Amino acid sequence: MSWAGLLDDLVFDYTLRTVALGTAIIGVISGVLGCYALLRRQSLLGDAISHAALPGVVIAFMITRSRASIVLMLGALVSGVLATLLILAVVRNTRLKEDSALGIALSVFFGLGLMLLTVTQRMSDARQAGLDRFLFGQAATLVVADVITMAVIAGLAIGLVLLFWKEFKLVSFDPDFATSMGFPARGLDVGLTTLLVVAIVIGLQAVGVILMSALVVAPAAGARQWTNRLGTMTILAGLFGGFSGVAGALISNTRSGLSTGPVIALVVSLITLASMLVAPNRGLIWNWVRRLRQRQQFRSETVLVDLLALSQQHDSLSYGHSVDAIHAMNRGRRGEVRTLHGLRERRLVTGTGDGMWSLTEAGEAEAQRILQENDGAQAALTRSQIEVAP
Amino acid sequence: MTADSAPLALEVTDLTVAYAEKAVLWDVDLAVPAGTLMAVIGPNGAGKTTLIKAILGLLKPAAGQVLLSGKGYEQQRRRVAYVPQRGSVDWDFPTSVLDVVMMGRYGDLGWFRRPRRREQEMSRKALVEVGMEDFADRQISQLSGGQQQRVFLARALVQDADIYFMDEPFQGVDATTERAIIGLLQRLRADNKTVVAVYHDLQTVAEYFDWVTLLNVRRIASGPVSEVFTAENLRRTYGGRIGFVEGISHPTDMLEAETDQ
Repeated sequence: MSWAGLLDDLVFDYTLRTVALGTAIIGVISGVLGCYALLRRQSLLGDAISHAALPGVVIAFMITRSRASIVLMLGALVSGVLATLLILAVVRNTRLKEDSALGIALSVFFGLGLMLLTVTQRMSDARQAGLDRFLFGQAATLVVADVITMAVIAGLAIGLVLLFWKEFKLVSFDPDFATSMGFPARGLDVGLTTLLVVAIVIGLQAVGVILMSALVVAPAAGARQWTNRLGTMTILAGLFGGFSGVAGALISNTRSGLSTGPVIALVVSLITLASMLVAPNRGLIWNWVRRLRQRQQFRSETVLVDLLALSQQHDSLSYGHSVDAIHAMNRGRRGEVRTLHGLRERRLVTGTGDGMWSLTEAGEAEAQRILQENDGAQAALTRSQIEVAP
Repeated sequence: MTADSAPLALEVTDLTVAYAEKAVLWDVDLAVPAGTLMAVIGPNGAGKTTLIKAILGLLKPAAGQVLLSGKGYEQQRRRVAYVPQRGSVDWDFPTSVLDVVMMGRYGDLGWFRRPRRREQEMSRKALVEVGMEDFADRQISQLSGGQQQRVFLARALVQDADIYFMDEPFQGVDATTERAIIGLLQRLRADNKTVVAVYHDLQTVAEYFDWVTLLNVRRIASGPVSEVFTAENLRRTYGGRIGFVEGISHPTDMLEAETDQ
């Protein structure tokens, strides 16, 4: 199916529109709260919570025999919160560190969930309930009532984030300072974590417990690359998440039986990967270009200074020097010819024919300036070493 | 009014803090008059940071009482400023210098109210005081260690407090920052503010501070530098790991801490 066809469906296909709206809401809310998880170094907590929600879903079904989303989501919420409490208890009362506690909670709860799921699959009505959609997510199972529930919950969560904006920012940056001013850092922390659990739980049906953490971590990590402001980062993460949700729902709609979770996870990972590579200032490509430029500048300066040294031996600026001489002075570094051509374009050196090179007057001035600057830096370095020495 | 009748800026009684039943601070008493610059010194693990955190209620003490100008911390929060160790936060957090300084106003703003122009102006003024006015819009990860420290000091300044608690403000800072901090301390003293700072450099204690507390789990001594900053007290605090030349009023001649044992 073509992209135009997909968009056409999005506008006119009632079911698909509902589904895409649902996954968009999921993406936005998990992107927004994922920012706080990322900044408080709690991304793994998101992973543990989403896996730990599985037994809650199955048990909620076993008790109520209902397949209503709201019932199953409540079950997921309860077991997600229980897992969080278990993690806190393990960290506080044992010598285990947080990563071990996260691993324990994740595997114990997820293992229990898988076991219960296998058991319930043998019951006749359970197969129809399609609980296994909670593993990898099936956005197509979302109905209008689900989407309305999700929209209300997500709206509330985002409203709380806006209301407590200043407090959440403070407690994420410097909890001790927050406490010293009278803000209940522990309470705000619990509040943020609870909102994270809520964001995860409403996404489980469409994205699944296994890959939901991708929607928590990836949009925030991608958004961080583009900005140095928390507000912008939060908005961007919401947009990345929302876009991935819609794209995932549309793409998985093209093949019957294609789970939404993996598709959404792939889309959001691609966005994040691209952000890691191309974002200005923090992106890898940007860094690489910057390093290359620095190296090139260092080479140019070295060659200029070397030519100056050579010309001083001959008492004549226009005396030509061979590339080999410069190469030897550079202790075998490559690329002098290219550097020399670059310098000629800047009119700092001239080629005197036969592969011989000399400084222009501008080049001589530039070389002197470089030497003086280096002297200054050298002197400052020596001074600071003297100051540091006992 | 004599010093005796004025309430003390800080009064700590029998303060004891324990981690897992092991005492890190034991039965500490302090009495600091207003307008004093006090250094808290002691070896690593002596409980200096713990002392400050316990006074500020960041740690729950096992026993003891803390009074600030005669009242409990809960009532005096607005009159207290805190400069945590600069390594205690993530400097890659997506926020600007001005934003961090404005956080010092959050306590007075209270719940839900956002900082406005007044808070911005106070923060810019504080940045001028620490010589960081040109950095207001910088992302905080672009700062050097000394600049980070000055941002934290500016944040404490906008708290507009009477007593300042500083945890290692001189830790790993450059000469410019050290001068800025010293200038700041002197201005605070001139305004009759009280400063309690965890400090490490024994050679300059007498130069920068009026009072000193020598701490090693217990309070070894606390009082005016001229009275308690003695060879005997230093030896008791650092457990003989410190060399001291008799006859010099300030122990400027210090030997290496560990290797000399």
